[in-house]
Amino acid sequence: MAEVKKIATRAGYGAALKELGALHDDIVVFDADLAGSTQTAVFGREFPNRHFNCGIAEGNMMAVAAGAAAMGMVAFASSFAMFAAGRAYEQVRNSIGYTRLNVKIGASHGGISVGEDGASHQCLEDFALMRSIPGMVVMSPADEVEARAMVKAAYEHQGPVYMRFGRSPVPVFHDPARFTFEIGKGEVMREGTDVAVIANGLLVAEAVEAGELLAQRGISARIINMATIKPLDRELVLKTARECGKIVTCEEHSIVGGLGEAVCALLSEALPTPVRRIGVNDEFGRSGPAEELLREFGLCAGHIADTVQAFVEN
Amino acid sequence: MTANEKKELRLAACKVRMGIIEGTYAAKSGHPGGSLSSAELFTSLYFKELNVDPKDPKKWDRDRFVLSKGHCAPGLYAAMALRGFFPWEDLKELRHLGSHLQGHPNMNSTPGVDMSTGSLGQGVSAACGMALAAKYQNNPCRVYTLLGDGEIEEGQVWEALMFAAHYKLDNLCVIIDNNGLQIDGPVEQVMSSYPILDKLRAFGLEAAEVDGHDFDALEAAFAQAKTVKGKPFAIVMRTTKGKGVSYMENQVGWHGKAPNGEQYEQAMAELRAKLAELEAE
Repeated sequence: MAEVKKIATRAGYGAALKELGALHDDIVVFDADLAGSTQTAVFGREFPNRHFNCGIAEGNMMAVAAGAAAMGMVAFASSFAMFAAGRAYEQVRNSIGYTRLNVKIGASHGGISVGEDGASHQCLEDFALMRSIPGMVVMSPADEVEARAMVKAAYEHQGPVYMRFGRSPVPVFHDPARFTFEIGKGEVMREGTDVAVIANGLLVAEAVEAGELLAQRGISARIINMATIKPLDRELVLKTARECGKIVTCEEHSIVGGLGEAVCALLSEALPTPVRRIGVNDEFGRSGPAEELLREFGLCAGHIADTVQAFVEN
Repeated sequence: MTANEKKELRLAACKVRMGIIEGTYAAKSGHPGGSLSSAELFTSLYFKELNVDPKDPKKWDRDRFVLSKGHCAPGLYAAMALRGFFPWEDLKELRHLGSHLQGHPNMNSTPGVDMSTGSLGQGVSAACGMALAAKYQNNPCRVYTLLGDGEIEEGQVWEALMFAAHYKLDNLCVIIDNNGLQIDGPVEQVMSSYPILDKLRAFGLEAAEVDGHDFDALEAAFAQAKTVKGKPFAIVMRTTKGKGVSYMENQVGWHGKAPNGEQYEQAMAELRAKLAELEAE
C-alpha cells in the first residue's frame, strides 16, 4: 500500500458538512472550541451564520443542539470523542437520545491514534457509551471516502447519530466514484473461508493487510468492514459465522462494550461461534506517536495476522 | 390588566394548585412544593403570555416553554390541562404505567410539551438552542424556560447563560423560581446560589426580581423582557415553596412527597375554600 494516499477521516467530515451545507439550509453546526481540529471550521468558513462555537462547554452544546433540532433543524455537534461521548454522555442520553431529536454528533480524535496527547484525550469507551443509548446509531468510518458518505447518510437519517472520526491520516482505499454507503450494512473487503475478521475504523486497512499476510501463510481470511456498530448488520455477521466458523473482531476501542462485544452478544444468542476480540485490553492509552502506539497496543496488521493464525490453528 | 382578568387568573392558579394535589395524590409521588410555588407563573404563561393553541400544539410560530426544573411537571400539566391541551382527568393518571403524563415532561408523549426535561440544567440549554434556531429561521416566537434556585447550582446553567448572552438571544426569557428551598434544605445552607440577580447581570443578562405570586408583577416583567434588545432577559421570582397549602408552605419535606389521604382532603378543602373566596370577590 506504499502508493496509497492518506487522509484523516475527520477531513471527510468537514468536507461533507460543507457539501451538505450548500444543498440544505436546515443544517446548523455546533462546536466547542475545537472547530479547527474537528474540521467543522470548513463548514463555518462557508456558512458563518449557521456555525456556532459554544466555547469549552460540551454539555451545554449537546443540549443546545437538541433545542435547535426541536425547532426542525438538523444539528451537527462536534468535539473530541472523549468530551462528546464521555463528558457530555448524560446530555446526549437525556436531551438527544430520550427525545429522539435530529442531532448528529461528529466526534473526532477517537481512539489511541490521537497520539501524543495521551490517555486523557484518547477515548476508548465511546462505542460502549453510545451503544447503550436506545435508538442511537453508532458508526466509525474506515477511510475518508466512507466518512463523507457516512455524514450524508447521517443527514438523511431521522434521529440521533454518533459518528467517530480519527485524527491521524489513514489510507484511502474506497473509490469515491463507485462507493455507496448504507447505515447498518457491513462491507466484505476480501473473501475468505477459514476465518473472518470484522473490523472498523482505521483497523479495516490493517485487517485487509493482515488478510494478505494470512493468505501467504495459507489461511483464507474473510475481511469485513463493519462501519456501523449499531444497528449491527445481523445478517452479515450470522452469514459470516456460518460460512467461516471463527471470528476475530478489531477495533481501536476498549474490548469492553464495543464492536467485539456487539458481535459476541449477537452470536452467543443466535449462533454460538468462537470469537477473539482485538482492541485495547481494558487499560488506558498513553503518549506517543500514533503509529508506534498502534503497534504497541497490537492494533496493526502483523498482530492481527498472528492472532488470527493462532486462533485458526488452535 | 383588568380586575376581571386578574380574578380569572387567580381562579385558574387556584385550580392549577388543585390539579397539582390531585396529580401527586393519585401518583403517590411527585413534587408538589416547587409546583405550587410556580402556580402563578404556569398560569400567567398558559393563560396570558404564551402564544400557544391547544388545538394546534405544533404550530410553527408558537412560543416555546421549556420546564428546565422538570420535576415540577405536576404544575405544568395542571396548567396545560386547564388550558385544554388534554383532559383534566388525565392528571389522575400522572406517573401511572401507560399514562402520557410521565414523572418528568416528555415531548414525545404529551401534546404541547416542547422539550423533554428532568435532568437539571439541560432544559435551559435546549431553550438557548431553540432561541438561536428561531433567530436563524426568522421565527417570531419567543422562548421561555423555568429553572429552580437549586437547579442553578448546576454548572451547565451558567454555560447556557453565557451562551445566551454571547449570541444575544433577546427572544429568550429565563425565569428562576427562588423559593429558597431544595431537597436537602435551604439553598443558603446546601449550596448558596446567591446573589442570583448579580450573577445573572454579570453573565450579561438583563434581570428583574418580582413577587412570583403577583400576576401584575409577572405581566410587567414579561413586558419589560420584550423591550430589551440584544440581551436575554431573566426574571427572578421570589416565591413561597408549597404556596396555597398551609402545611406545605416553606416546608423542605414537601419538595418531593405526595399527600396521604388525610392530607389530600385537607389540601383540597383549603383550595376549595380559596376558590369560593375568589369567586365571591
